[in-house]
Amino acid sequence: MSVLVYVETTNGKVAKNGFEAVFYGKKVADKFGGDVVAVTSGSADDSALAELGNYGASKVLVNKGLNDADDSQTAKLVQAAADKTGANIIVFSHDLIGKAVAPRVSAALKAGLVSGAIDAPSDENGFTCKVNVFSGKAFGFVNVKTATRIISLLPNSFKPESGGSPAAVEAFDCDCGAARVSVVETKTQDGEIPLPEAELVVSAGRGLKGPENWGMIEDLAKELGAATACSRPVADIGWRPHHEHVGQTGVAIRPNLYIAVGISGAIQHLAGVNGSKVIVVINTDAEAPFFKAADYGVVGDAFEVVPKLVEAVKKFKASNN
Amino acid sequence: MSEKYHNFIIFAPHSTNDIVNHKHTQKMKILVCISKSPDTTSKIAFTDNNTKFDETGVQYIVNPYDEWYALVRGLELKEAMGGTVTTITVGTAADDPTIRKALAIGADDAVRIDAEAKDAYFVAKQIAEYAKDQGFDLILTGKETIDYNGSQVAGMIAADLDLPFLSLASKLDVAGTTATLELDITGGTKVVKAELPAVVSCAKGMAEQRIPNMRGIMAARTKPLNVVAPAGVEELTSFASYSTPDAKSECKYVDPSNMDELVQLLHNEAKAI
Repeated sequence: MSVLVYVETTNGKVAKNGFEAVFYGKKVADKFGGDVVAVTSGSADDSALAELGNYGASKVLVNKGLNDADDSQTAKLVQAAADKTGANIIVFSHDLIGKAVAPRVSAALKAGLVSGAIDAPSDENGFTCKVNVFSGKAFGFVNVKTATRIISLLPNSFKPESGGSPAAVEAFDCDCGAARVSVVETKTQDGEIPLPEAELVVSAGRGLKGPENWGMIEDLAKELGAATACSRPVADIGWRPHHEHVGQTGVAIRPNLYIAVGISGAIQHLAGVNGSKVIVVINTDAEAPFFKAADYGVVGDAFEVVPKLVEAVKKFKASNN
Repeated sequence: MSEKYHNFIIFAPHSTNDIVNHKHTQKMKILVCISKSPDTTSKIAFTDNNTKFDETGVQYIVNPYDEWYALVRGLELKEAMGGTVTTITVGTAADDPTIRKALAIGADDAVRIDAEAKDAYFVAKQIAEYAKDQGFDLILTGKETIDYNGSQVAGMIAADLDLPFLSLASKLDVAGTTATLELDITGGTKVVKAELPAVVSCAKGMAEQRIPNMRGIMAARTKPLNVVAPAGVEELTSFASYSTPDAKSECKYVDPSNMDELVQLLHNEAKAI
């Protein structure tokens, strides 16, 4: 009996979501018993992988001959590791790889899948776990009926704390079949913080009047170390790239801090951001519905308020150093 | 004599076309998975001691990801390459209006597996069971439904049919039997190639929403909607209950001229920075 956690590595490093998933796996193991074993592929070096031990993994299995380009191969890797460790609970991050691989493993093992868990499972009715449903407008409690259970954890649901000791890293070769998907090219935005992972997000909407006015939003994001986001109309009219669109039909995020500038707060937008721990709304319209969902509100002109906020953040950083 | 001549006229261009088609393009047989979901403006509430979604006053629509991205891209590929677009839905007669909407947008025909959709595994198995010997080149889904947000069905269909799965595609092109896709990855995108048949889950960027015109709406009434008996499948999960978030505490207003105070509140009180 053990908890198996799939961990993604990028550029030789363990992804942030990987530490979260292992930390969560440890919580699950504390409740349901067993050790936490992490499984991964790719070329991260052993010392980077051993660090997963600090978050609760007792062992890390790594298939260095495999990359994560083909989800069916990654699924086979996880299945082989589950078989080897006798895992009855498998944890993924509900990120881009987890969304692709977890359903494959679920169908192959006939093991019930909880998608986008936001809390540790309870033993109510055997195994029940809380998730977001209706795009964050409600919560659901999913009961898993099968002996093997799979959970994909919504990113940013837990802040991993380190405390353990480095894990043993073991080579794990298995037959994962032939790759049927080949990568032609990878395009990443260097230096930008990926939105779903960001702990601080500065977002703006139509209230900014035009794409040329985004400079102050980028300044604020830079000072805070935040990612930038936008509302749907702004992405649709091409002021900002589509991957910045947060909301019901865009990216759903749950950062520690979400600052919304010139966004009225339509229900579809709120659905994508109401998992944020703290919401600040800056809007000229005191009647904007977003204020009802906000923790802090500023009724004022963004073109005056945002530059002042940038200065205030600079001052705060200077005094804290 | 005249009959032979007639045949010659009719068939000669056809056979030429067929050869051209086989050489340069392949007619696409596309299956698009369609689910209904509550309208995006719906108030979400529950009944029966918080165990059932309260449908009172809820307007159902085609799940936006299924409609805007999967269906429309399927239609675009069909228009460019020839072929057919079939929709498939696991649901009851209550789903028929949303299925007709998909037909009005341009799908050729529809299949409804006549069963209450239980969990994602149940739905995926029904679709895989139907699709397994139909020779589809592409099976398209939206990236998730906006009600249960599971992102599970497409990957499960791929697993069941042992097909490549391209998850969260924002671009899809087909040349011959090879699909080229752009997939979302953490902090960017990647371009990948895969051989058809394949399963693709479609995200924003794939296509633009199409509004059905009157001709489409009229035509949809008579397009085939085949109701198929479900296969015997046990679900793996169920929703035991639901809850709604606690009401937010009152918003604290900060004077627009005093951003230092906001920063202090975010640091000391909210501990967000």
